[in-house]
Amino acid sequence: MDDLDRKIITATQSGLPLVKEPYNVIAKELNIEPELLKQRMQIMLEKKQIRRIGAVPNHYKLGYTANAMSVWNVPDEMIKELGQQLGALSFVSHCYERPRFLPEWPYNLFAMLHGKNKEEVAEKVQEVITLLGEHCSGYELLYSKQILKKTGLRLKEPS
Amino acid sequence: MLTQLEKQLLNDYQQGIPVVSEPYSEIAREINRKGFSVTEQEIIDNFNSLKERGLISRIGPVFQPKSVGGSTLAAIAVPTERMIEVADIVSSFSQVNHNYEREHQFNLWFVVTASSQNEVEQVLAEIEQQTGLSVMNLPMEQDYHIDLGFPLWC
Repeated sequence: MDDLDRKIITATQSGLPLVKEPYNVIAKELNIEPELLKQRMQIMLEKKQIRRIGAVPNHYKLGYTANAMSVWNVPDEMIKELGQQLGALSFVSHCYERPRFLPEWPYNLFAMLHGKNKEEVAEKVQEVITLLGEHCSGYELLYSKQILKKTGLRLKEPS
Repeated sequence: MLTQLEKQLLNDYQQGIPVVSEPYSEIAREINRKGFSVTEQEIIDNFNSLKERGLISRIGPVFQPKSVGGSTLAAIAVPTERMIEVADIVSSFSQVNHNYEREHQFNLWFVVTASSQNEVEQVLAEIEQQTGLSVMNLPMEQDYHIDLGFPLWC
């Protein structure tokens, strides 16, 4: 990733303009050819530096008001296999392995679960419990009480 | 309430907006193959309307945080009476892009994203210093999610 890629991120991270030729507008801002911009973005997509290009939904406004951060304690030697199974479930929006923080925090697998209400989320939790089976030696659900800040990724202008 | 067209756009275009000169024209063509009859301008207007109503926050690339610097998830066990004060301190950092109050002893959870791992650690150290509370740092070690956008079965 070079300076131009960083400039492209800065120019597009708050969204593409909703006009006929959005990439032309961004290219003009960056003072580069539109072809170069599209080429760079295509490469970033292929390298998975861009995960996807699309509409970013606001789950809350769409009625998916319940989300729980579920955290699970699974054996280290099983985490890859279990993590992949969990990460493939349709109601899971994020699934990460993170370090334990002992003794207060024994959990190493994180999955964000979404539903229209707490009951629906609770059903999803049961599905995960079934999936992990005997490999799960503990879990907790952390429901969000309040969003205090939520913005897209922000990169500073390259200096 | 969402129209049929809005539902289709939300379900189909959380990913895969093409990197071409006229992406909304391409979307109109694809959507029309599914039985709709819309123009490029109508696609633009519909996305604009979804955005104005707050149902989508933007249309554009979603970047993989790790590839563009450093990031981590961190938590603090905040005494209830200090929640507002501590949350405000945490939110005041431009590197904090998500900050949630959650129901747990660790009740404040936030994501720090910066241009380097070093900057992430500096932010955590400053938060500890300004709040006098210790921060549990849980950086991602492995991503198991296949990100295809979020399925909306509305």
